[in-house]
Amino acid sequence: MRIEQKEQGLLVHLEGELGHHEALEAMRGLEDVIDSYTPAGLELDFSGVTFMDSSGIAVVVQSARQMRALGGDMAVSGVSKQAMRVFSAAGIPKLVRFTEGGENR
Amino acid sequence: MKQPQNAMTLRFDSRSVNEGFARVSAAAFVAQLDPTLDELNDLKTAVSEAVTNCIVHAYPDSVGQITLTIRLFENSLVEIVVKDRGRGIPDIDQARQPLFTTGGKERSGMGFTIMESFMDNLTVRSAPGKGTTVRMKKHLSVRLGSGGAV
Repeated sequence: MRIEQKEQGLLVHLEGELGHHEALEAMRGLEDVIDSYTPAGLELDFSGVTFMDSSGIAVVVQSARQMRALGGDMAVSGVSKQAMRVFSAAGIPKLVRFTEGGENR
Repeated sequence: MKQPQNAMTLRFDSRSVNEGFARVSAAAFVAQLDPTLDELNDLKTAVSEAVTNCIVHAYPDSVGQITLTIRLFENSLVEIVVKDRGRGIPDIDQARQPLFTTGGKERSGMGFTIMESFMDNLTVRSAPGKGTTVRMKKHLSVRLGSGGAV
């Protein structure tokens, strides 16, 4: 996980495979990052994620909840076709904003 | 059902580090049917969900054995069976509901929903205290030139 501070908030780059094995660590890491920065906005960049299953959904949903509690904005960007099929099957695009990426860069 | 044209079985510990091993092994075996990248990704995702369920739910406090069997039939039909001898599922219909989970906030409750939408067919058999068997089938597109021959 790589974190960049931008004017609009935080840009967090997720990397590698995101299955159950990796998701717990990603989730805890993100929780801590949001807690300590309390950013106005958060963009989760998935362009470095090479595989994702439903574990990735839990990561996004938790961050979205946390950001909503802060009254902040959240977006997910750079999602691969494979990961998008997982998000879509779960109806996540109705709950969270997906972008092409780059808006906070 | 007809005899499979090819089959393989893997048995491994219910350790989360083996999820990656299971889905990559499944993809490597199915590759002989010359699937599209999307089809291969769908199979990998479904295997990942089924194996994660075993690790999180079948053996919550211990390490048990997971068996992954893949059978290839004619016309590029792939059957994937993931079996454990763990705790079992008391109410399968409830477990298959979207968003239902007993796994806490790190689980989305979408595992079975993903398996259902990525595969053509899914059956779940379970007996409390004895284990669970998830059986999934998917027809791959038969591509010209590949013939789907094994």
